Amino acid sequence: MAEVFFFLASIGALAGAIGTVTLRNPFYTVLALVCHLLSLAALFLLLRAEFLAAAQVIVYAGAVMVLYLFVVAYVGGGEDPIRAAGSPGLRWASALFAGALFVELAIAVLGTGLSALGEEGAGFFPGFGTPAEIGRLLLTEFLLAFEIASVLLLVAAVGAVVLARRRTGLEDAREISVADLLRAGDRSGLPGGEAGTMLEAEGPPNR
Amino acid sequence: MSVEWYLVVSALVFSIGAGGILVRRNPLVILLCLELMLNAGNLALVAFARAHGNQDGQIFALIVMVVAACEVAIGLGLIVAIYRRKLPIDVDELRELQG
Repeated sequence: MAEVFFFLASIGALAGAIGTVTLRNPFYTVLALVCHLLSLAALFLLLRAEFLAAAQVIVYAGAVMVLYLFVVAYVGGGEDPIRAAGSPGLRWASALFAGALFVELAIAVLGTGLSALGEEGAGFFPGFGTPAEIGRLLLTEFLLAFEIASVLLLVAAVGAVVLARRRTGLEDAREISVADLLRAGDRSGLPGGEAGTMLEAEGPPNR
Repeated sequence: MSVEWYLVVSALVFSIGAGGILVRRNPLVILLCLELMLNAGNLALVAFARAHGNQDGQIFALIVMVVAACEVAIGLGLIVAIYRRKLPIDVDELRELQG
């Protein structure tokens, strides 16, 4: 039974991966990746990683992919299907490189001296991979990694806000600075010239 | 199922992702192919964790997911910034840093 589920899930994962690479429309690309991630969560379940499978579905296939979809919708990638790489020679070279990489990895995996890889895997205790066990490990043995991950997420969130904030260029005089916000939010504090832009549509800059 | 099968699937997904990064020119799709490669690495980590009967690999995969989420946030922020500056969303056109 596990074999059936393994082949179903890996076919789904590979189909999703190939769809991600080959589909022209970025919108469908994201959907193909969602299919890939869900299949991967099934593979995680087969490997007794219950918490990771749940996190994969909720965080990855749920939250991160929705972020992708929003950006695809905002940038409008669906209107003009993007081209593949310019010259066909480059495309063939890329495919050749990918094939060579796979052959290399397959040789490394199948020709390894690690005899444990050819078996079902070592024995596992009943709570293997459950949220309780993962949480215990995160808060005892891997506390430092856990805290660093939280700081990294905070830095990334602030960085994303700074990168994507409303501006058109560094030399633009319309950029809102802290001084503008301190000026009691009056409309005259902003230099003119934003008629018809998103800056105007948003209203007074007293955020 | 022996652990080798999972590792072969992981290698296949990794190669597909690497080929996708070389072939595609839209930075959004390149980020997605990067996700593909990170997930292939995750699958290998979980498979090794199963092979050893040890959960450390699963913790590693969890941290990789956190780093991937950060990378997505920053990458999408960059793409939105590129779009706001009315630059083409195409990695072949964005070569100011090439010198």
